[in-house]
Amino acid sequence: MITMDLLAIDLAYGLEKLLLIGGIITVSLIVAMYTTYAERKVAAWMQDRRGPNRAGPFGLLQPVADGLKLFFKEEIIPLTSNKTLFVLGPALAMVTAMLTSAVIPWGSSIHIFGRDVSLQIADVNIGILYVFGVVSMGVYGIMIGGWSSNNKFSLIAAVRGASQIISYELAMGLSLIALLMMTGSLSLKTIVQQQMEGGWNIIYQPLGFLIFLICVFAECNRTPFDLPEAENELNFGYHQEYSSMKLGLYLFSEYVNMFISSAVVSTLFFGGYDIPFVDEAALSLSLGANTVALLGFGALFTKILFFLFLFIWVRWTIPRFRYDQLMDLGWKKLIPLALANMLITALVILWLNK
Amino acid sequence: MHINEILFWFLTALALFSAMMVVFSKNPVHSVLWLIMVFMAITGHYIIMNAQFLAIVNMIVYAGAIMVLFLFVIMFMNLNAESEPQKSKWMKFAAVLSGGSLMLILIAALKDNDGFISSMRGEGSIGLIKNLGKVLFTDYVVPFEISSILFLSAMVGAVVLGKKESSTIVS
Repeated sequence: MITMDLLAIDLAYGLEKLLLIGGIITVSLIVAMYTTYAERKVAAWMQDRRGPNRAGPFGLLQPVADGLKLFFKEEIIPLTSNKTLFVLGPALAMVTAMLTSAVIPWGSSIHIFGRDVSLQIADVNIGILYVFGVVSMGVYGIMIGGWSSNNKFSLIAAVRGASQIISYELAMGLSLIALLMMTGSLSLKTIVQQQMEGGWNIIYQPLGFLIFLICVFAECNRTPFDLPEAENELNFGYHQEYSSMKLGLYLFSEYVNMFISSAVVSTLFFGGYDIPFVDEAALSLSLGANTVALLGFGALFTKILFFLFLFIWVRWTIPRFRYDQLMDLGWKKLIPLALANMLITALVILWLNK
Repeated sequence: MHINEILFWFLTALALFSAMMVVFSKNPVHSVLWLIMVFMAITGHYIIMNAQFLAIVNMIVYAGAIMVLFLFVIMFMNLNAESEPQKSKWMKFAAVLSGGSLMLILIAALKDNDGFISSMRGEGSIGLIKNLGKVLFTDYVVPFEISSILFLSAMVGAVVLGKKESSTIVS
């Protein structure tokens, strides 16, 4: 009997997690879809154009039309390419883009059907390091895709992308060490809870935030760091030989990456699902815990949308770096800055604890 | 069977199969990719042993950073099965002998070790980041710092070598 009970609990638990995973994947895909639309609309607005406005009201069905177009295009696998790896590349890019969402706390817990459902897939005690692990796996999608196409431009773009991601990972990690020294925890949920009580981390770590944000731009291959797909130097970059939905997956994974990294930045520096200037505990007494959890999710989502807008804003404002400038910025400016930030934070923490 | 046991056997099979494929695949890029699979399987083993920090560091450093550099070099060298030089018979014989004796020593060392078995059941906690950090910065602080100096000297050496090359080309 006891084993039966255990099994039942496990089943409900598994179902709950499965639903959560499905929900988060759906939300990230839809947000990524509409970020492509937002990108074109914001670009149009900045350049005094109208942007997509034919499909549906305000062109709202444009992403659907784009997706359908990609699905119905002819699938071409180059004759001299390495076929298995050619298919593996875009799949890997998409999977690694989605994997990070597992450790992000999307809200506090919801009480439903007599169960407390945490709005986080896995609260592991090494949350941040997990994010780094997945990011370092993200290189392979680009490298495998670029190499297996058997095209010089693709290969050069792939190697550029990989070295860029590795270089900026260093500064990213160093800028976060200062933050982690303050929080004393690697779990993203604990970091959010600390920010709910003691104010957002951006107040204590403005320099760390700036370095982290620049590195996030580089990791997502976004302008001004979009050298892996610099059209005027490399034709189309590492996905030059790709067509149909395989190309779509590469392009789409960039937007999913943007969404997830916006979520990571909001969680680490902007309080995650914390509603600003509101005491959640007091509010949940009057409104109920579920409403507050949903409001918290809304707050996190607003922050994410702001960062998505920032991504687009920067893309249409700042021109692309040259490759040596990119490496110069990463290795000679950001890493020393991050190290200085780390040392100063450590000294201040020591001084305050005395 | 406990879930840990099922996972252990699955990961072990995966690690062994991938390791075989590293040796047997003709294409060096495939070899590197199989080697990444080996590291991923070992990462899984670390997680079963409740050593989450080691698991993730194994993934970031070995599967993430070092293997990318391997891929870099191999992709640019454009190696393929035809251009691979054939090693002499004696070389192959010596490799088999040394590899086999290493395996023998490892099996002999691990066969009677109880700590190894208990850590396989997920009972140890030394691999958690808090415990590992405490041990590294108290009991083993001197070896830890010395190894970091070793890394630094390796890095400086690489930079010096790189610089020399370019200056001779210019002159």
